[in-house]
Amino acid sequence: METVITLLVGLLVSVATYLLLSKNVIRVVLGSAILSHAIHLLLITMGGLKKGGVPILGDKVETYVDALPQALILTAIVISFAVTSFFLALMYRTYQSIGTDNLHEMRGTNDE
Amino acid sequence: MISIHAFILIPILTAFLIPFIGKQFPKWHLGWVTLAVPILLFSFFVSKIPVISANRTITGSIPWIRALDLHFAVYLDGLSLIFTLLIAGVGSLVVLYSIFYLSKEKESLSHFYAYLLLFMGAMLGVVLSDNLMVLYLFWELTSISSFLLIAFWFHRKKSRYGAQKSFLITVGGGIAMLVGFIMLQVMTATNSVQEIIAMRDSIQDHELFVPALVLILLGAFTKSAQFPFHIWLPDAMEAPTPVSAYLHSATMVKAGLFLVARFTPVFGGEATWFWLVSGVGIFTMFWGSFTAVRQNDLKALLAYSTISQLGLMMSLFGLGSAALQGGASIDSIIYTQAIFAALFHLVNHATFKGALFMVVGIVDHGVGTRDVRKLGGLLSLMPITFTLSVIGSFSMAGLPPFNGFLSKEMFFTAVLNAHEMSMFSMDTWGLLFPVIAWIGSIFTFIYSMFIVFRTFLRPYRRERLEKDPHEASIGMLLSPIILCTFVILLFFFPNLLSKYLLAPAMNGILPTYQNMEGFIPKISAWHGFNLELLMTAGVVILGIILMNTYRFWNVIYDLFPEKRSLDRGYQWLLAASESGSKKATDHYMTGFLPNYLYYIFGFLLLTVGGTLFLSGSIVFDPSNDAPVSLYEAIFVGIMGITAVGILFAKSRMTATLLNGVLGYSIAVFFVLFKAPDLALTQLVVETVTTVLFLLCFYHLPEWSKEDRSWKVRFPKIILSIGMGALTVLIALSVQGNNLFESISSYFEDSYELAGGRNIVNTILGDFRAFDTMLEVVVLFIAGIGVYTLVKLKAPQGGDKIERK
Repeated sequence: METVITLLVGLLVSVATYLLLSKNVIRVVLGSAILSHAIHLLLITMGGLKKGGVPILGDKVETYVDALPQALILTAIVISFAVTSFFLALMYRTYQSIGTDNLHEMRGTNDE
Repeated sequence: MISIHAFILIPILTAFLIPFIGKQFPKWHLGWVTLAVPILLFSFFVSKIPVISANRTITGSIPWIRALDLHFAVYLDGLSLIFTLLIAGVGSLVVLYSIFYLSKEKESLSHFYAYLLLFMGAMLGVVLSDNLMVLYLFWELTSISSFLLIAFWFHRKKSRYGAQKSFLITVGGGIAMLVGFIMLQVMTATNSVQEIIAMRDSIQDHELFVPALVLILLGAFTKSAQFPFHIWLPDAMEAPTPVSAYLHSATMVKAGLFLVARFTPVFGGEATWFWLVSGVGIFTMFWGSFTAVRQNDLKALLAYSTISQLGLMMSLFGLGSAALQGGASIDSIIYTQAIFAALFHLVNHATFKGALFMVVGIVDHGVGTRDVRKLGGLLSLMPITFTLSVIGSFSMAGLPPFNGFLSKEMFFTAVLNAHEMSMFSMDTWGLLFPVIAWIGSIFTFIYSMFIVFRTFLRPYRRERLEKDPHEASIGMLLSPIILCTFVILLFFFPNLLSKYLLAPAMNGILPTYQNMEGFIPKISAWHGFNLELLMTAGVVILGIILMNTYRFWNVIYDLFPEKRSLDRGYQWLLAASESGSKKATDHYMTGFLPNYLYYIFGFLLLTVGGTLFLSGSIVFDPSNDAPVSLYEAIFVGIMGITAVGILFAKSRMTATLLNGVLGYSIAVFFVLFKAPDLALTQLVVETVTTVLFLLCFYHLPEWSKEDRSWKVRFPKIILSIGMGALTVLIALSVQGNNLFESISSYFEDSYELAGGRNIVNTILGDFRAFDTMLEVVVLFIAGIGVYTLVKLKAPQGGDKIERK
């Protein structure tokens, strides 16, 4: 299972990198979102998959899956959300002031 | 006994106090305060003469960074003592002179004296340090203080240019020297110069021996203005004259000579050393004197003359190093005399050149110009200055009864001896030394006479001068008078100097020759009618003839036009490196985000991938893998197809929805992987993100098609696949290696430790609560950012007002 997920992560990273290298801003933002997905999957795989029960202490189960990656991912999800929304707002504002969404045409405004 | 360390630090510490003293007592001329420091130093070092002349040395060491073998170690022997006396002695006279030269009202004296004291301390540090790294530190400090002093009148363009030039050249050489020092350190495993000297025989055949030698010489040559690095010295003459007299003739430029002398016991006897030091030296001696003759600015003339004299001493050190070839023996003791001559001339040069600089300063101060084409006939107006200039110039030209005569004779003796050397293929080339030396001396004679005749004789033309000439005040004359007294005294009592200073210095440079008969010669003015005297006579006769026919043969200088000079080469190099680096930077700093990402990803691939590959850490071990269930297989398939689909999506809407599919699938995986909290969060966040995307689309145009040509796509594809593969390789290798125990079991006691049963929640809310708090801060900042970007706009034209 871990190997399969790792390969999937690799595919996602490839797709994300390809999008990040685009000249269209939306593609770049989308690329960064997919990159976060890939990393979240990678993190949880690193802790080992399906090695125990849900990490909530109870009487029935003896072993739990690794809780630490989960805590890290939870933080990462929230942060990547913050970053994506900031990117989107930046994209919006850039388009409003410069009038292009093409990175190759962005050369700053005249009064810079 | 008071430690020598303190005396190195006194000037540096005083330098920091000078500005405060200047503020506190605005009525004082800071020069008087400063003067106390070199006088104190001078009396201290004079008091050490009895110890040193008894052939003892004074050492001391303060540990600094033990792990790096860095000690503030000092070593005072005869060689260092000569230099310390020059630094403190000439330093006192220069400070005294500057009090009358620099006006308290017009100049920023606190800067001037602070820099000067800084230099004094740095220079003492150079000649007294026994630790290579500390020596280097002080060496560069002299470059820095020299830079500050040359640029003292920083409002002048030429001052700034000269300062930059000297800094670039001397520091460039200094860095080469540092590399040489590091090589020495690698060979000997010590930073102590004296220990390195003791280890000489064991490192001689090391493969780094010659490279270290060349690099250290680069440092010495740049500092001592040897050809072709001499070009900085004439431009350094933009400094105030006291500075030129002190740094650029008596002390700093001699640091290179000091270095060569100090390392002679290490490198002496090596053919590379011999040829580089003596060859570069003798050519510099000729070139400097040849170029000095054509100068119209008195200070430029003195600058080239200094270059020439430095070359003379350098070549003597080189010739003398031959004595160490094949060990010390009575047969080669004759060659050691070159080093003796070098040391003697070192002292002599400081006296007459210091005096000459001060004289030129007086003329400049008195009439407002240093251009020999405007000067003339000052003899009757400035009789004392004239006398001083005669003493200085005649000594420089090598005439009796001045000290320059003695050392010049010894120089001739040394080159004549060199002619008879049998080693280093000198039997073929040896004749060049006396010939070049003799021709160089003729030019030396000519320019020395020019100083006197063109300035003080010839018809007086008032209309060409800016001010009414008048004799300088006694304060200004005092320092050159003292120096000129030495010029004459040293002629009559040279053996006193030899006994107390030169002999111990010789023992320091050539320890293997100590106590051998004839090692310390008796200096006398009269040797009978020998070849040296004939050479001097020839110099005088030919010099006088050439001087009077100067306007007939000065066309020779047209062979060396300004535009093909080394100076132009330096300027071209500087401009080319500036424009070249600008071009290179412009080439890759394109301002386009994708390009920068290319560099980042490419570099990552190269370094991380390369390390992974070279260190052979790629491991693949699927034995611990959990089995794959049907649901999981289906969702892996869905995600794979979705991800690839995004690449081919025609509209941004499709792409965003596909991204949503990815996000929701991950939520499903979180459920399957026993992470309910993550699944919930992921669902919420993915929904909101998709909504945000859609909201944004309302304000943006449909995305344009990417450039689909292979030229653009191919590198993208390669890099993407590379990144994916790298991630997979790293992830698999991490899983395959179990380097240490997981720390996760610690958190399974969450109920006892944090009072919660949900382990993930306790980690977030208790164990790592700070992280969570900062995460909220990040969210908050992003929120403010979004709000600002959407809502706030600078008022029209507001930006412009701000920039005014």
